[in-house]
Amino acid sequence: MAIPEMKLLAEWSYEPAKIHRGYSRETLYIGLGNKDGNYKFEKRPVSDDMIEKFTGGRGFGLKLLWDAVTGDTKWNDPENEIVIAGGPFCGITQYPGAGKCYSVFLSPATKQTYNSNAGGYFAPFVKFAGFDALELQGKADRPVVIFIDGDNYKVQIFESTLEDINAYTVSEELHEYFAKDEDDKRTISVISSGIGARTTYWAGMNFSFYDQKRKVVRLKQAGRGGGGTVLYDKGVIAMAVKRTHFTGLENDPADIKTIQRCGVSVHKRIHDLDDTQSKMRSVGTAHLTEIMDAYYILPVNNYKFGKHKDIDNISSQTYTSLFTQGMADGCWYGCSLACAKAVDHFYLQTGPWKGKPVTVDGPEYETAAGLGSNVGIFDARWSIEANFYADHYGLDTISLGTGMAFICECYELGLINKEHTHGLDLNFGRKADIMELIHRIAHGSDDFAIACGHGIEEAREYFAEHYGADMQTMKKIGMCCQGLEASEYRCQESIAQWGGYFLTLKGPQHDEAWLIFMDMVNKQLPTYEDKAEALFFFPNFRLWFSLQGLCKLPWNDIEPADNGIKYKGVEAARVPEHLQNYLDIYEAITGKPLTRDGLIEQSEKVYNFERIFNLRMGRGTAKYHEAPDRALGPVWEDEWNERPDYFDEKLKEFGENIDGLSVKEKIALLQKHRRGQWEELKMAVYKRRGWNKNGIPTLATVKRLGIDYPDVVELLNKHLRPEDEF
Amino acid sequence: MKFMQVRTELCVQCGECMKACSKAYFKEESKELSRVRVANVAGYANFSICSQCGACIGVCPTGALERDANGIVQVRKNKCTSCLMCVGFCPSACMFFNADKQTEPFKCIGCGICARACPTGALELFNVPDKA
Repeated sequence: MAIPEMKLLAEWSYEPAKIHRGYSRETLYIGLGNKDGNYKFEKRPVSDDMIEKFTGGRGFGLKLLWDAVTGDTKWNDPENEIVIAGGPFCGITQYPGAGKCYSVFLSPATKQTYNSNAGGYFAPFVKFAGFDALELQGKADRPVVIFIDGDNYKVQIFESTLEDINAYTVSEELHEYFAKDEDDKRTISVISSGIGARTTYWAGMNFSFYDQKRKVVRLKQAGRGGGGTVLYDKGVIAMAVKRTHFTGLENDPADIKTIQRCGVSVHKRIHDLDDTQSKMRSVGTAHLTEIMDAYYILPVNNYKFGKHKDIDNISSQTYTSLFTQGMADGCWYGCSLACAKAVDHFYLQTGPWKGKPVTVDGPEYETAAGLGSNVGIFDARWSIEANFYADHYGLDTISLGTGMAFICECYELGLINKEHTHGLDLNFGRKADIMELIHRIAHGSDDFAIACGHGIEEAREYFAEHYGADMQTMKKIGMCCQGLEASEYRCQESIAQWGGYFLTLKGPQHDEAWLIFMDMVNKQLPTYEDKAEALFFFPNFRLWFSLQGLCKLPWNDIEPADNGIKYKGVEAARVPEHLQNYLDIYEAITGKPLTRDGLIEQSEKVYNFERIFNLRMGRGTAKYHEAPDRALGPVWEDEWNERPDYFDEKLKEFGENIDGLSVKEKIALLQKHRRGQWEELKMAVYKRRGWNKNGIPTLATVKRLGIDYPDVVELLNKHLRPEDEF
Repeated sequence: MKFMQVRTELCVQCGECMKACSKAYFKEESKELSRVRVANVAGYANFSICSQCGACIGVCPTGALERDANGIVQVRKNKCTSCLMCVGFCPSACMFFNADKQTEPFKCIGCGICARACPTGALELFNVPDKA
């Protein structure tokens, strides 16, 4: 049913800039006022310095946010912004994975900057409408829908008439509302969140695209960090963009032939090898469950265990049978890797849409594990339903999964009980009660559900204060850092991955480095210097995708057949031929040559700027880089007893005589040794990154990178102390 | 329904088919612009010409590839975003591209120009009526 007509509150027309060599060199600023209806629209220029230092995407987002806020700004202050930007690659159709963008904002969860990426058509359409970035600031005086009309070069703000603010409803309604007819729906993309944005810090933003074959709206999530919560706080129910006509030359690249050559080579490789490599086209990232299980990396019961006897219930074979096959599941034109899986005609068993058939996007691996094994549930259909409602409510499936895993363990340990949970039995594996908890968290149904939705760090404060739960125990088992829940890999046995999770800019997600196989399985990083080098190169290399508008998957989730023969060790992990493609395409778009070192330096500028931004927000020092005990090793006896011989051996490697020790004593001893290793790793990494012992970039580092702006230097001078120098 | 029959044993690798094809569609005689390609593989003629199998239709994200009333798979340029996924996914490597001429891919559309230019009958276009 179509929504009632929306009242136009403000409108602005503009002359679009022409995109040249990947940039329009203009950004769009939308001010919502301070709950006073004082709307403001501006085109803002992009300077040469901004391109040189910040490149695009996440870099532009951080730069624009830096200029908009102060060190005192809170996530729910009107001056906080959501900046959405693609990058010079964003919108090309010839190479897989080029429809991505980054959303940058001050996060309710982490209380510092956060940036979260999504696919879908939104970022390319905004770019084709003439803007390298979209800046949203202020708070509307009523619920609004923002519409960027990239056909007629207008921006409009409407009073929302959407009664149901959940993502699938909003997206479907607005595709219908702004499209002329069925065929026109593909020209629209919508950003929405969901009801979870009202009370949780876990609400992400759903970016839509219209699936022409299924004739349904599909959603891709910028899930992490609470961007949806910020959007809702601004009074924005949705943002929509429309762009009808575009070609493969919209970015006006310098050399389309090179882009086509690189693109076709990868399309062909995916066609030939995906079925024997990562199976992205048939099952997507959910193929990882059994691989992780085989190496004790799958998180089971709040990361306590690494494998489970019921793994077959959530294996790639099970998901392959549930995913609709043979569809083009790319989330932007030209993505032949097509990992965006979907389950069609899925009848929901619970919640407000109980009994309704829906198309569910995913699950991807993180969701299959987070809303599956990590809460002790090995039932793919349950995970699919949880995935649907999490997306619909706007909840980040990773934070939700890890957060609920923590809550289940608290329940299992007796730290919280049925009275606190208002009748829910939250032992691991309790499908009905855990699903009900998802509904309650999304709706903020009671004090317990609201506390849970604020994330592990705030929930444990609440549990301690209101339920008398032991804080030290909760700190040991809560898999979070910097206010963010960890993503779904068990990292205990990889020292390098401790850094990949806990020595990061924004908390334990895995978009900086995934080093578990390189370190734990292939033993390619034997020394702390090797690990530090990997924790320098890979975070910077992977950050580069976020500057360009690129997805990481086509880099190494498909490889040349002879990659492991031509290249060895860590160099093979860099997939040199694909890396070269990116360098070639960067030059082919922008006309500017780029070397491998130059690529890393582009990233380093933004990596260090983001670190300094977090320092400005009162964080960004060594004490915020902390790893819980659960991340480093077993905490309770049952974890040790899953692999007693293995852990005994690990203790012996430290030269310990373990005869006569109880399991509890062994756990304490292993934790002590690993804590020492963690500190050694931390210092090696800081040194390699050009930071001091307190994890702050040095003046020499910012000068080398050319980001020694006066306000940056002033800030650093306040925090850099001689005793912290290496 | 139209289909092209190839008799490899008759081919003398003169290249007339490729010249005629590229001349017809790109106004110049170039092997690189032809929609039929004949390569010499160990002395034998190796043909690359679309069999109209339609594998590319399912790969195209925009619906720019469709089968016409004659059974021929056509590229609808107005819907094409030049992603070239169809090039990479063609099972017989018979979808071609050349950015010097156009960003969209191109392929054999069963016009028969190459067959008419072939001096030996190695290429022959058949028009088979649909079964009643």
